[in-house]
Amino acid sequence: MSNISAPNSSLVLVQKAVKQLRLEASVRRIKPKFESVIAEVDMVINELHFTIANLNSWMQPEYVSKNLVSQAAAELKTFCLQNAQKDPLLTGVPSSDNPFRPPKSCILL
Amino acid sequence: MGEMEELRKEMENLKDQITAARKTFQDSTLQEAAAGVTVVGRVQLKTRKTLRGHLAKIYAMHWGTDSTLCVSASQDGKLIVWDTITTNKVNAIPLKSSWVMTCAYAPSGNLVACGGLDNMCSIYNLKGKDGNVKVMRELAAHTGYLSCCRFLSDTEIITSSGDCTCVLWDIETGTQKTVFAGHQGDAMSLGVSPDFKYFISGACDFTAKLWDIREAECRQTFGGHESDINAIGFFPNGNAVITGSDDATCKLYDLRADQELLTYQDSSIMCGVTSLAPSKSGRLLLAGHDDFNVNIWDMLKAERVGVLAGHDNRVSCIGVSSDGMACCTGSWDSFLKIWN
Repeated sequence: MSNISAPNSSLVLVQKAVKQLRLEASVRRIKPKFESVIAEVDMVINELHFTIANLNSWMQPEYVSKNLVSQAAAELKTFCLQNAQKDPLLTGVPSSDNPFRPPKSCILL
Repeated sequence: MGEMEELRKEMENLKDQITAARKTFQDSTLQEAAAGVTVVGRVQLKTRKTLRGHLAKIYAMHWGTDSTLCVSASQDGKLIVWDTITTNKVNAIPLKSSWVMTCAYAPSGNLVACGGLDNMCSIYNLKGKDGNVKVMRELAAHTGYLSCCRFLSDTEIITSSGDCTCVLWDIETGTQKTVFAGHQGDAMSLGVSPDFKYFISGACDFTAKLWDIREAECRQTFGGHESDINAIGFFPNGNAVITGSDDATCKLYDLRADQELLTYQDSSIMCGVTSLAPSKSGRLLLAGHDDFNVNIWDMLKAERVGVLAGHDNRVSCIGVSSDGMACCTGSWDSFLKIWN
């Protein structure tokens, strides 16, 4: 009790500092409402409006027009010719690649 | 009675309209478009493997998507899953009803299905927990025999039946999701498009119908055959359909031009087509006939470019593997042959 006076002032100082810090710590930190509205909420609302307005047209079936026989025939022909190389039954398979016909090795006796 | 007459007249009018509309789009023929293409040389395929094991007529076979396993169904009451490269039997599944007419392999490889005169489609799980193959579901609601079935995924399967309808089933619940009615005769075969959005069915009313799976509607009907359509398949790009019929011809129909492009017939062929499969590029069409042979056609030129003769009885089923490496034929002589 005798040396209260000396640390008294530092105690008061510390107490004041603590009080100040407590005040600062209890500050409610929120984004300013305006910032969050324009940067986040509004963007989503706009996208929703766009989707709602266009959903009907996106859902409509797309009608493919009837093709002329010449076009259809030409497409079939190009498909066949383009894939001809990939068709093993057409091009034949050498026995080295043929899983159904392993190459038989000759054994020299 | 007056209304019937009116409706009949309207039917005739609409049919004439459709024929006329198709004619206006027929500005050319496939023969003209393919005139510059040379005919494929003689195609000679040899039997590489013979899968022996069935004891009675084989009625159906289907390749798995991995191109090594295939399943075959025979009226000895067995469904056999074969490893085609080693000719080993991976699974031999005994069936409750031996009158089986069709079988299918799921794209995932986990399930196989079969059905026949029992009017039911039985789904078997190949990858059961304890290694046993058991019946997973029995889909029963058809009032006629099951002529063909094809998986869309592990949860959906489409079946065609002798009661003139095709049905889309939900395998988990075992219920019918959609019934596709419209054929006037037994639906004999079906094929699913490569994008799984459409399927086609061929029936004994001499027509083939294109169905939209999601909308549950028949989009197009193709006539022209003079007898029952026994076999049907999609062209590899999904834009054309090939049908094989008891009148010994095969026809190629284009879906977008909505008409027949070509007929594959020959005066020397007099027996009906039982099954068909296009090769991977679509250039070759392999058709199995009642005269024990398989004829190979050049699809663009409509010329016969090969014959596979090796079976001692009617060729009942044919399939080309998904990588196009081989074709498998099954016959009433109880053997399956792999050709390459």
